[in-house]
Amino acid sequence: MSVDAKVKAPRPAWVQSTIITIASLILAFIVGAIVMVASDAEVAGKWAYFFAQPGDALSASWDKIASTFYAMWVGSMGSWVAITNTTAEAAPLIAAGLGVAVAFRAGLFNIGGQGQAMLGALTAAYIGFTLKGLPIFLHLPLAILVGVIAGGIWGGIVGLLKARTGAHEVILTIMMNYIAGSLLAYLMMQTAFQTPGRTDPISPVLEWTATMPRLDGTRLHLGFFLAILAAVGVWWLLERTKFGVHLKAVGLNPNAAATAGASVPNVTLLTMALAGGLAGLGGVITVTAPDLLTGSPPQMTGTIIGTLGFDAITVALLGRSRPLGVVFAGLLFGALKASRRTMVVMAGTPDKLTDLIQALIVLFVAAPAFVAWLLPFLRERKVKKHEVQSAKVAAA
Amino acid sequence: MSITPVTASAALINERVESPQTKAQRLSVGVLVTILGAILLFMAFTVNKSGRIALSDALADVQLPTIELPGMPTVLLCSLVVLGAGIGYLTGKINGRARTVLAVAAGLGILVGFLVWAAASSTLPFTLTSQLNLTLEYATPLFFGVLGGVLAERAGVVNIAIEGMFLTAAFTASLTYSVTNSFVAALIAAAIAGLLMAAVLALFTLRYLVDHVIIGVVINLLATGLTGFIFQQLVAKDVSTYGSVTPMLPLRIPVLESIPFLGPILFSLRPLTYMAFIAIPLVWFLLFRTKWGLRVRSVGEHPHAADTVGINVVWTKASAVLLGGLFAGLGGSYFTIGSVGAFQDNNPTAGYGFIALAAVIMGRWHPVLGALVALFFGFCRALAQTTKLMALPIPGDFIEMLPYLATIIAVAGLVGRVRAPAADGAHFVKTH
Repeated sequence: MSVDAKVKAPRPAWVQSTIITIASLILAFIVGAIVMVASDAEVAGKWAYFFAQPGDALSASWDKIASTFYAMWVGSMGSWVAITNTTAEAAPLIAAGLGVAVAFRAGLFNIGGQGQAMLGALTAAYIGFTLKGLPIFLHLPLAILVGVIAGGIWGGIVGLLKARTGAHEVILTIMMNYIAGSLLAYLMMQTAFQTPGRTDPISPVLEWTATMPRLDGTRLHLGFFLAILAAVGVWWLLERTKFGVHLKAVGLNPNAAATAGASVPNVTLLTMALAGGLAGLGGVITVTAPDLLTGSPPQMTGTIIGTLGFDAITVALLGRSRPLGVVFAGLLFGALKASRRTMVVMAGTPDKLTDLIQALIVLFVAAPAFVAWLLPFLRERKVKKHEVQSAKVAAA
Repeated sequence: MSITPVTASAALINERVESPQTKAQRLSVGVLVTILGAILLFMAFTVNKSGRIALSDALADVQLPTIELPGMPTVLLCSLVVLGAGIGYLTGKINGRARTVLAVAAGLGILVGFLVWAAASSTLPFTLTSQLNLTLEYATPLFFGVLGGVLAERAGVVNIAIEGMFLTAAFTASLTYSVTNSFVAALIAAAIAGLLMAAVLALFTLRYLVDHVIIGVVINLLATGLTGFIFQQLVAKDVSTYGSVTPMLPLRIPVLESIPFLGPILFSLRPLTYMAFIAIPLVWFLLFRTKWGLRVRSVGEHPHAADTVGINVVWTKASAVLLGGLFAGLGGSYFTIGSVGAFQDNNPTAGYGFIALAAVIMGRWHPVLGALVALFFGFCRALAQTTKLMALPIPGDFIEMLPYLATIIAVAGLVGRVRAPAADGAHFVKTH
């Protein structure tokens, strides 16, 4: 019928979400650029006499924005080393992001990636520097396994408490983060975890047998492939196993899932343990990944995890909790992190800009309705009633 | 009929039918208290000196005597009290008011026992005044954070963005003071900064229906990114213009300040602490004694019912969140102009926003109870600080864990039930 042909079919959901995601990225960079210009005293000063000499303000702003974004490109994509920098930064983000994503799919909000990664990093590093003389094919897997299990236990405690008592996982994971932080601060002051002869909280250098093997002269290391492997594993678990079906069912509607035969407490416990294990893997990758110049991993400190647990949340949100999405989101935020150094060196822009852009991206991604309000042309064109009617009339 | 109804009901009361849930709670409280008592008992045998507790610090005008308590016997006594209370709970024979007395006795026993143990294990006396003073210093931002959290959550908006509000306000206050040299301007700017962050929370949860926890996390990240970036780009390049702050000094209240013991603790505080003492009852009054407060609580419990009787749900929620943001902003200013000085780029709020959230939950979403919990958390943190100085055998890091462990115990329902407002975190869409 000619009427149907004229009425535009609605966009498929994935097309709409892709459009919103891309729009969010662009918006985040635009807002980031505005903040960058507005908070630079020198450039902002030129805007004061904008009406006298608009050229000054415009060219200064343009220079600032262009040089910063160019530096970001160079730092993250500009060369083979830069690209491997991106993959190295992305690896822990992908692993920990999967931990948040898999919990999201079961309807659980895992804010505890931070604590879980701390425990993973701490235990893996401990195995890495205390055991000596093991061959690499034993030592490295052992360190990874111990770290993943430690993270899994830290997440599992939350799962157990939630399953047994119904306590909210958001509160539990936040508290567990701080307990992990205090535990880490305490252990790093014990001689067993310190570099011999030093009293500050810094561990000995890990044995090379506990270091991720890397492509020589770059930062492309095994950890990145492990993170990708973890993403494939999570996809397989979610899409090809009975447990995955139960997990997603619990996420969609726990009551219906229970009626259909899924054990909600078991799914909660196992999902949180799995999420903790993945975040633990993120921590392991952070402490066992080799640096570019020295080739050995950074020494374990109280702050080595940085904000991995919270970055992981942004990765999961941007990746819409799908394994493939998490990989792409991890790569994007990894690229942002990789670009920090060149941004400071080449453009003189503070590296915190990447934090700001990252937060803005998820702010927009989390609120598609807001993006659609800001950019009305992205909205689906509503078929107006009178148009349809006039089409009908024409057809008749 | 041999039994009259009266005796039947009397028999029922004597048997005290206990639901499985309250029984489990009673047992877990009993186990917890008994364990603490046992630990205290063990600690009693690790001290042999006497514990000295100083009632005034070395610099005070009026020197009060230092109380000297025999270490072992005092801690032993306290541990026996705590153990007795724990066993009392476990037997289930003690009910009603006696149980409350028992709980208070156990709490006091733990507190006194631990303090005496700490004092007896160290060569230095335990200075009670400075401990309590420090408690109030640590608790001040928590008070404001609690108010921010309580107001939002009573209206049904989950607020885990307190940390972000703190951070933004701390930065804004520092920057404003540095430029204007006016505390009033800086406080107003901080309140506005908190308000703006709350506006983001309100806009995205109420208008765009984003998950409350997600937007809270995002606001925290946004605050970190925004303050960190502007600090590096603007303040760090010209510290003398944008980053020079002399913090507010403690305000001594003329006459009251010279009361021995209480004076130095309660009447020579920083201005923001006094403001918190005014704000807590104010929020309690607003929430529980005004029409607006009733509306706020109703939209947090059952928004559709509130809507049916003609309350503007979205606007009521927004007003509560915004007012909460204002208080959180004042609390944030404490981290810079209120106590230490200029904003530094090293996580100045140090997770206080999340401790405030914990205090909201443990305080059962009540401003006064929440403030009391905040006081307890402040006490723990001050204790961790004091014990570090006294070089005690127990690591300060473990004492710092206490608030978080206590929160986990509370939300896991081991000690009493904490119940959030019924529609906390739910979206409201007007359907007619």
